[in-house]
Amino acid sequence: MSETKEIIISTDKIHTDQYLVNMGPQHPSTHGVLRLLVSLEGEVVHHIQPHVGYIHSGIEKMCEAISYPQIIHLTDRMDYLSAHMNNEAVALCVENALQVEVPDRVKYIRTIMDELSRLASHQLWWCVMGMDLGALTTFFYGLRDREHILDIFEETCGARMTVNYNLPGGLMFDIHPNFQKRVKDFLKEFKTKLPEYDELLTGNVIFRQRVDNIGHLTLEDAIAWGVTGPSGRGSGFSCDVRKHQPYSAYPMVQFEEKLDTKGDSFVRYRLRIEEMWESIHIIEQLIDNIPEGDYAVKMKGVIKLPEGEFYQRVESARGEFGVYIVSDGKKNPYRVKFRSPGFSNLFALNKMAAGHKIADLVAIMSTLDLVIPDIDR
Amino acid sequence: MGFNIYDFTGMTHNMHVSFMEHMSPLMTTIVEWTIIGVCYLLFIALFGLFLVYAERKVCAMFQQRMGPMRVGYWGLLQTIADFIKLLMKELITPKGVDKFLYNLAPFIIMIATFMAMAVLPFAKGLQTLDFDIGVFYVTAVSSIGVIGILIAGWSSNNKYSLIGAMRSGAQILSYELSVSLSLVTMIILAGSMQLSVIVEGQRDAWFIFKGHVPALIAFVIFLIAGTAETNRGPFDLAEAESELTAGFHTEYSGIKFAFFFLAEYINMFIVAAMAVTVFLGGWMPLHFGSLESFNHVMDFIPPLVWFFLKVGGVIFLIMWFKWTFPRLRVDQILTLEWKYLLPINLVNILLMSLVVLTKFHL
Repeated sequence: MSETKEIIISTDKIHTDQYLVNMGPQHPSTHGVLRLLVSLEGEVVHHIQPHVGYIHSGIEKMCEAISYPQIIHLTDRMDYLSAHMNNEAVALCVENALQVEVPDRVKYIRTIMDELSRLASHQLWWCVMGMDLGALTTFFYGLRDREHILDIFEETCGARMTVNYNLPGGLMFDIHPNFQKRVKDFLKEFKTKLPEYDELLTGNVIFRQRVDNIGHLTLEDAIAWGVTGPSGRGSGFSCDVRKHQPYSAYPMVQFEEKLDTKGDSFVRYRLRIEEMWESIHIIEQLIDNIPEGDYAVKMKGVIKLPEGEFYQRVESARGEFGVYIVSDGKKNPYRVKFRSPGFSNLFALNKMAAGHKIADLVAIMSTLDLVIPDIDR
Repeated sequence: MGFNIYDFTGMTHNMHVSFMEHMSPLMTTIVEWTIIGVCYLLFIALFGLFLVYAERKVCAMFQQRMGPMRVGYWGLLQTIADFIKLLMKELITPKGVDKFLYNLAPFIIMIATFMAMAVLPFAKGLQTLDFDIGVFYVTAVSSIGVIGILIAGWSSNNKYSLIGAMRSGAQILSYELSVSLSLVTMIILAGSMQLSVIVEGQRDAWFIFKGHVPALIAFVIFLIAGTAETNRGPFDLAEAESELTAGFHTEYSGIKFAFFFLAEYINMFIVAAMAVTVFLGGWMPLHFGSLESFNHVMDFIPPLVWFFLKVGGVIFLIMWFKWTFPRLRVDQILTLEWKYLLPINLVNILLMSLVVLTKFHL
């Protein structure tokens, strides 16, 4: 070997420097192929640069080549944990553009499914939150209860996660005759199981030390970075689309938008637990009153939107999910843009986690409840 | 040879005498060492595998599932199958590692584990080394393991490994203090560092009952610090899965990984065995002062069964909090040790000295 190794020894003083660690694309706590370029000073995180694009699948571009009902099938591949909300956003957008009024039955069922998805999503988030903090048992507690929701989904529309239940103008099929009974049974059981979540994790001293006063996000930063959903509401940013721009059956139900101004990890955690209670409350109001009627409006065989721009936002489990469609009057859109909550939330991570330890970075990241395909569409 | 399940001294003595009759003293020593070595090897391998199985079953119980069920009856052969798989796996040496240290680290950890095993009294007469500084010896050799962890982290040429190793170094170094001091508390009560004497001293009542509140405090501290020293949850910072992928043993594969894995479980056994020996009467049966018939029934259960029952209980406790608690952060771990456990421990030693001085324990 002709190479000569150069060895530099500084004798005057030991030189210290920040070092870069690539967290991801393969890393257990990024929950997918997310890459964070973290500069560390010992254990302390100095700066976080998220790099996205590792599983970019070009969904927005793909939408330009397919018809509106087909777009719906792509949307639940983005945020697969709130698949139903994503589907509904597109369906609502198309319905609004065509000025179709769907029957009340559709609105009720859509809202119940929304809230069931939200429950399932928050359950999984809770599992993973515990796991990221090293409490592996939470994972099984959460999945145990989530299973019932997925079973209900399966009975309703044949799929457990990527439900594809919506169509422009209504739903694919009517609900299963068992639907109401099963949902009520589930709620009754889950109301006894949800306090277990608090027993196992919320009150735990170690857990509280890990999340209390960690990862502060101010209201200004939350608004500036567009942090929505429970993460934004933890900083006092009232951003619940269900309240501010009600859709489906949300105008007909009573519920509270949970807000807190503290903005630390624990608040973001607590708001999600409280949101689960709110979801139960919403479903309970609707489940017995599903009106009779059609489950879909008869639409044209080929749906063409009028020329123009249309935007519809819904509250997904992670925050505000928006669909922006530019139509030139053809059967497929000219341009589609999705506003995904995960993308905006992720980039506020640096604001929250800089200055904390690596372990806190993981904890803060899991309070943001990231779903990677939602970020990389 | 006079096999007696309640007292092994006769048996081992007879064996020694019969060896001496047939062989030279040097040969006898070699043969005896070999027998003991093979026994320990078998014990570590089998008991380590059993602990892995037990951990999987216990954690499954906490998590409302069944755990391994397919290989063998109730999955009993699962860990053996896993071990065979690990044996057959390719040993990968990543680019840029310090080869000598990288290969040395698993052995250092294993050696430390073996050395600590040597003094544990399993039953009367079933103890390889019985020094007068037994307790001191265990604390001394068990800290050799941290060198293995540091070397593994350093030589792996991986940033995660290095962070894990440094965390582990800080943590084990700190918790060593608590382990030693809580043992010192009990040595004051026992009046000896020799493990066989400590066990004999608990014939009437275990030290945890005899030593009143200070012994109880020392036991709790020992359990916490012991768990921290074996790098188990909630103190498993060195291999914090969600932060550092696998910490200091990220880059190890096959049997080298198995060494780290096995050493962790055997270390857990050593901590449990020390807790049992020093606090819970070792292999001594449970006795209550005046209940003659009860004591008699308890005497009937062999010491080996007593020892492993108690060890099993402590191990279950350690597993219990691993599968319930979230992990602590590195600064919180050090705060817990230096700001809480250490001062409590020092005061506790004073309390214990008072108890012993006033002969309150008798």
